[in-house]
Amino acid sequence: MSEFIPAFEWQRVMVEPWAENLSTTFWIVLMGFLITAACGLIGNYLILRRMALVGDAISHSVLPGLAIAFLLSHSLNTLPMFIGALGAGILTTVLIELIHKKTRVKQDSAIGITFSTLFAIGVILISFGQTDAVHLDAECVLYGEIAFVPLDLVQTELGPGALSVVEKIPGLNSEIFLNGNRLTIAPPSVIRMAVVTGITLLLIVVFYKELLVTSFDSGLSSSLGINSTVVHYALMAMLSVIIVSAFEAVGAILVIAMLILPGATASLLAHRLPPMFGITVVHALLSAVGGIHLATWLNCSPAGAMVVAGSVLFGLAWVFSPSQGLLRRWLGRELDELNEEELDRLAKGV
Amino acid sequence: MADTPATNGVNFPLEIHDLTAGYHKKPVLWGIDLQVPKGKLVGIVGPNGAGKSTLIKAIMGLVPPSSGWVKIFGKPYNENRRRVGYVPQRESVDWDFPVTVMDVVMMGRYGHVGWFKRPNKADREIARDCLDKVKMLPFAKRQISNLSGGQQQRVFLARALAQESDIYFMDEPFAGVDAATETAIIALLHELREKGKTLLVVHHDLPTARNYFDQLLLLNMRVVAYGETEEVFTYDLLQKTYGGRLTILSEVADAVGQRAK
Repeated sequence: MSEFIPAFEWQRVMVEPWAENLSTTFWIVLMGFLITAACGLIGNYLILRRMALVGDAISHSVLPGLAIAFLLSHSLNTLPMFIGALGAGILTTVLIELIHKKTRVKQDSAIGITFSTLFAIGVILISFGQTDAVHLDAECVLYGEIAFVPLDLVQTELGPGALSVVEKIPGLNSEIFLNGNRLTIAPPSVIRMAVVTGITLLLIVVFYKELLVTSFDSGLSSSLGINSTVVHYALMAMLSVIIVSAFEAVGAILVIAMLILPGATASLLAHRLPPMFGITVVHALLSAVGGIHLATWLNCSPAGAMVVAGSVLFGLAWVFSPSQGLLRRWLGRELDELNEEELDRLAKGV
Repeated sequence: MADTPATNGVNFPLEIHDLTAGYHKKPVLWGIDLQVPKGKLVGIVGPNGAGKSTLIKAIMGLVPPSSGWVKIFGKPYNENRRRVGYVPQRESVDWDFPVTVMDVVMMGRYGHVGWFKRPNKADREIARDCLDKVKMLPFAKRQISNLSGGQQQRVFLARALAQESDIYFMDEPFAGVDAATETAIIALLHELREKGKTLLVVHHDLPTARNYFDQLLLLNMRVVAYGETEEVFTYDLLQKTYGGRLTILSEVADAVGQRAK
């Protein structure tokens, strides 16, 4: 092996993360899974509505929203950040529509203009905040760091009575949750992401038919009285919330990948939305687990490794998809050629 | 007074008064006045860009009118939405979308189901019946990208049937379909008319328009003529509708000639 790629040692790469650093590995994988699942679920709709680039746009243009929320509240607390991101996300959507509808500028250009402008404003605003005790910079929005997730654990001291009860609960009595008499609840970012992922799933289930009909046939949905504009903005609002709860860990750039990869993989493997959602969630889990091992092996950023793992899964789906995979096409072509030969033979009356 | 439609509007499934509508403040339709009686199969014909699709969309509020009003059974569209069925142009949707034939037909039931709720067994039964009527029931579980143009159009018709409406608007249901499907569609339209439904169908083929429809609406941004097919399918009115477009006019001459025989 070259000096850049460390040798693949089974013990170090596949076993040690779970045996030696169970707590760290667990929280990173869980966070990666939750982010990829939430992004992937909503990403399915972005792909179907041909709005993949809008996800790209919003993940950049939340920056001024975060900066303004930060300058006004002087904190990086969850609520102001969510409100700032929501505002910026909806503003982005409105601006894209406005430029697209009121000028001759095409939609993709309108997206480009909107998010680069908002991102630039965000960069300027952030430089105003540098003197504060709390620090926010463009780099942390763009890149994030999932490895920091387990550093900030919410823990609670247990009395001897409570400790003996907790120790009896299977699952809780492990080093992930229990360290001496201190019970770990979860890192706050993981709790936040779990809530956001849960809400995303819930909304997709509750508004399944509204999302389906507005994505498939906006003419019919409007004639039925389901307002596609309202659904569109609701989707964008949810997207902003997902992006802002994910950016701290994986950064805006990797969020874009996670919005597209699971849904794109699912679309190669299934032909209906419900199984596609199932595949999206499995893809998220495999990306997160695969990513942590890849990161351990190459000693690199886990978030980046998770995206690469997700891309590998997409590649596998491309090759092995039962209905449209490359393998199937190669085999199918051979079968076709065989048939032609047979037809020829038949035609010649052999 | 013409502005109080409630007095006589109930008699007409569709009543339009002085409707002007268009895109980007550029009207495509000017001062449309129309009263369509119950149980009629009406063909909407006119040249490209005459506003045929826009008229349907304006009736359903998909294109906001800049003046005038539309009443469905004497009420604004939004209050009588459930009585309206819609068949958009086949090309207006992505046929690679991950839904099955059954999923698409079920969308016709969404207007009856309401927010937060799922379609129930009865809805599914209705959808199956409608698929059966267009002879697409064996395809219920197919993904829609594997369908031919004619099959796609049948699915759209089944979806409109599943809406169980009293008035239907169909945008070019005969475009790009095979002969068998065309015959099946026209039979279905006649069957709906026998049940007292009112149907407005955008149609691009003049020679067949004369045979298919009870009434014709000749449209070219304004209403050129509206009435019984026999009365309005004349060389003069069609020339007025299509202007001096030669190929079309020779077609018209043929069609009128056929009628004279």
